[in-house]
Amino acid sequence: MSDYVLPEGLPAPVPARDGLDRPYWEGTRRHELWVQHCPECGTWQWGPEWNCHGCRSFAIGWDQVAPEGVLYSWQRPWHPVHGALADAVPYTVVLVELPHAGGVRMVGNLFGDPMQPFAIGDRVEAVFEDHDDSPTPFTLVQWRVLR
Amino acid sequence: MGELEHSLRGRVAVVGVGETTYYKRGQSPDPEFVLVLRAILAACADAGIDPSTIDGFCSYSNDRNTPARLSAALGCDVIRYSNMQWGGGGGGAAAAVQNASAAVLSGSADCVVAYRGLAQGQFGRFGQGARSSTISGAAALTAPYGVMSPAQTYAMRTTRLFHDHGISPDTLKAVSLAAYHHAQNNPRAVMYGRPLTPEAYDASRWITEPFHLYDVCLENDGAAAVIVMSAERARDLTDRPVYVLGAQQGGPRRSGVAGHNQPDYVTSSLKPVIPRLYQQAGVTPADVDVVQSYENFTGAVVMSLIESGFCTYESANEVLTFDNLIAPSGKLPLNTSGGNLAECYMHGLGLVIEAVRQVRGTSTNQVPGAKVSFVNAGPMVEVVSAAIFGSAEVLG
Ligand SMILES: [Zn+2]
Repeated sequence: MSDYVLPEGLPAPVPARDGLDRPYWEGTRRHELWVQHCPECGTWQWGPEWNCHGCRSFAIGWDQVAPEGVLYSWQRPWHPVHGALADAVPYTVVLVELPHAGGVRMVGNLFGDPMQPFAIGDRVEAVFEDHDDSPTPFTLVQWRVLR
Repeated sequence: MGELEHSLRGRVAVVGVGETTYYKRGQSPDPEFVLVLRAILAACADAGIDPSTIDGFCSYSNDRNTPARLSAALGCDVIRYSNMQWGGGGGGAAAAVQNASAAVLSGSADCVVAYRGLAQGQFGRFGQGARSSTISGAAALTAPYGVMSPAQTYAMRTTRLFHDHGISPDTLKAVSLAAYHHAQNNPRAVMYGRPLTPEAYDASRWITEPFHLYDVCLENDGAAAVIVMSAERARDLTDRPVYVLGAQQGGPRRSGVAGHNQPDYVTSSLKPVIPRLYQQAGVTPADVDVVQSYENFTGAVVMSLIESGFCTYESANEVLTFDNLIAPSGKLPLNTSGGNLAECYMHGLGLVIEAVRQVRGTSTNQVPGAKVSFVNAGPMVEVVSAAIFGSAEVLG
């Protein structure tokens, strides 16, 4: 699958058995981005937690959000820390802030050339990367710079 | 800021420190448990006490060597206190001394050792990614994107440090060069006899941008131990006790949340720890003669030094230069044993020992007349710690 940002063979994400993050991972399969949103106090929260850290409510829910954001930080690994990455370095990791969802942040890879020009503050959009052939099919959320 | 009403300042003292030979990762001839025993026995010899005197044990980072086994092997009659500091990385190195001090101050135990052993040949490495085929929970938000190692977990804080505060990569370089410089005078250091030039730093490979190879801590085998007792008992043992002026642990709001969502992202996590530490110690940053600042990554050292009051975001590039950071001549002598970058990565307990050594006047890079010595541990992890040691003169 040459259009993946990183090669196959990295650990495949599966929803936790306790069900806490299931709405997120199921959403990615539909190419939707879901994050926690508290109906009591309006707090947006990521990653998933059992209660709202704003008001302590256990009734924290989920909302679908626009799959776009702003580049908050980045790094470019050159040292492969996993066998699957041996021929995949360098690659660029981005931390994306979602201003329309309380500024929660998400980690992903920069879609496209890892050496392409970009800067903190750039607007980015999600690229849903389907791994349908995995024994446990999953979808990753990668990010493309909007030019 | 007033002093705390009930502070441990001057009421507890370090009476002994001990270290094994520091080995490159995987090269210890001894198993980890033997390393820890050797370090504790060395600390007992340093203190001039019989090992059976030890009645309390404190460690951190899920150390595998349990108080029950150690106590038996040391011939101790009784265990009065045992304690494991939560959290990974080296965040607990100064906290272990804090916990040991608390045990002594509360009357729970009389002679408590803080210790840490690492034999990665025996037990596997830190900087390696997950080997499982699936992953879930917090790690599922990062590992599938190739974010697995500690360096990768913390690099983006440094990228943002550069962006938000104009910190120069040269400032990180100065931290690294100072550590290697100090290691050249320290025969214990793994990098003794292996100096680092600015050119070699610049030419070194990226681990992950913005970290060069020399911005990242070593991986080593070895063990270290620090023994504390009450100030009264310490004065019976030595005429030069090293007093604990302050020791604190903590973390900022929501420091433990997943996926890089800490509200304050560009931080060493020391911000909430530091004001109370100085209050407890009854000193200010200006009183500190020498600093040991835990280097997991050089970017974290810069954050730590700023948040500990040794410079500001605005002055960091001017203050944190090689000339200022080296002993004995620099204004802010830093990591005078070579630290985690060039002496040994003993999860920070080696830095605690160097902080003690500076007050004793026995460092291989001694700061002349050092009376107040600062050390922090594990910057950027969820719960970090710091301590200040001082000589009898400080207590007046
Ligand atoms: Zn709420």
